[in-house]
Amino acid sequence: MIGLLIVSHSGQAAAGIREIALEMGGEEETIAAVGGDPDGGIGTSIDEIREALADLLEETDGVVMLVDLGSAVMNAETAIEMVESEAVVIADAPVLEGALNAAASATSPKATVESVRESAEDAADISKL
Amino acid sequence: MGDETRQREALLEAIENVADRIDEEKTHLTDLDSAIGDADHGANLNRGFKAVMDKLEEMDDDADVQEIVKTVGMTLVSEVGGAAGPLYGGSAMTASTELEDGITAESSVAFAEAFLEKLQDRGDARVGDKTMVDAITPAVHTYKKSIEQDDLPPLEALAKAVDAAERGVEFTVPIRASKGRASFLGWRSTGHRDPGATSTLFMLEEILDTADDYLEGDTDVDATSPTIPDEEPEEE
Repeated sequence: MIGLLIVSHSGQAAAGIREIALEMGGEEETIAAVGGDPDGGIGTSIDEIREALADLLEETDGVVMLVDLGSAVMNAETAIEMVESEAVVIADAPVLEGALNAAASATSPKATVESVRESAEDAADISKL
Repeated sequence: MGDETRQREALLEAIENVADRIDEEKTHLTDLDSAIGDADHGANLNRGFKAVMDKLEEMDDDADVQEIVKTVGMTLVSEVGGAAGPLYGGSAMTASTELEDGITAESSVAFAEAFLEKLQDRGDARVGDKTMVDAITPAVHTYKKSIEQDDLPPLEALAKAVDAAERGVEFTVPIRASKGRASFLGWRSTGHRDPGATSTLFMLEEILDTADDYLEGDTDVDATSPTIPDEEPEEE
């Protein structure tokens, strides 16, 4: 089982994207979302990301992260270094579309961190018009 | 620098001076950031350094300089919330291992280089992107050359590094941002001083000022930067 962690500058945005992603499949405990800085403002908290990763790693064989942009990406990278797990990757994908693709692909019994990351990254090619 | 206790003292004072300076300049930094970013640089850094000061108060008296720098880094990483956390804090954490045997001319060069390397890697930024890299890169290069090639005393090397950082900050004014939130503005980001490069300069100035108090060199050092005018960024 592969877990997903959605990270956004806004806790509400992250929770909303998680809600949509859960529609595609997956279980409550394998898709997590964090957002907001340590004071609850716009930003991200490395400690929160790290805790969410540690929780997911207890339930799953690996985690694919979907992050919004800028400092959220840097904080995600720093958190990965701190949990010292090889089984966590960041998908280079749009956060919402990538999360939907990843959630669908993570339900496959053969899913791996790599296969879920690839599905998430395929979302970069989604055309809307 | 002399014995362990004195190094510790100097380091703790430098950190306190940096924290005070960030507090004094938080509005200025936020104003710079509101022109081209998301207006949180001053507040974020200030929150981080306030937490650093609290953390250092709780720390054991026998913590060595490596441990102190690592703690500063970890606290910034946990508390800042924006890009400055992983950039300043993460780089300090990684580079702190270079100070294992204390602060010497040699280990300070190694620290500076390790800091820069981590910073560039984490931020994926190069000189000319209008980021803190524009201030730190010339500072680190100048420091290294001054120590290793020109055999200057560390205090003089540091003064030259601060001077280089200052020119790096000025260099960010006329260029267009290609990293960070400011890059979304395209050409409209030109004409503004980069807040990250500016906070880097403030920190280096305070480190120089503290080093000047502790290293009894005969170098005449002016830690303030006369060419940075004290002005607010222009409104868009």
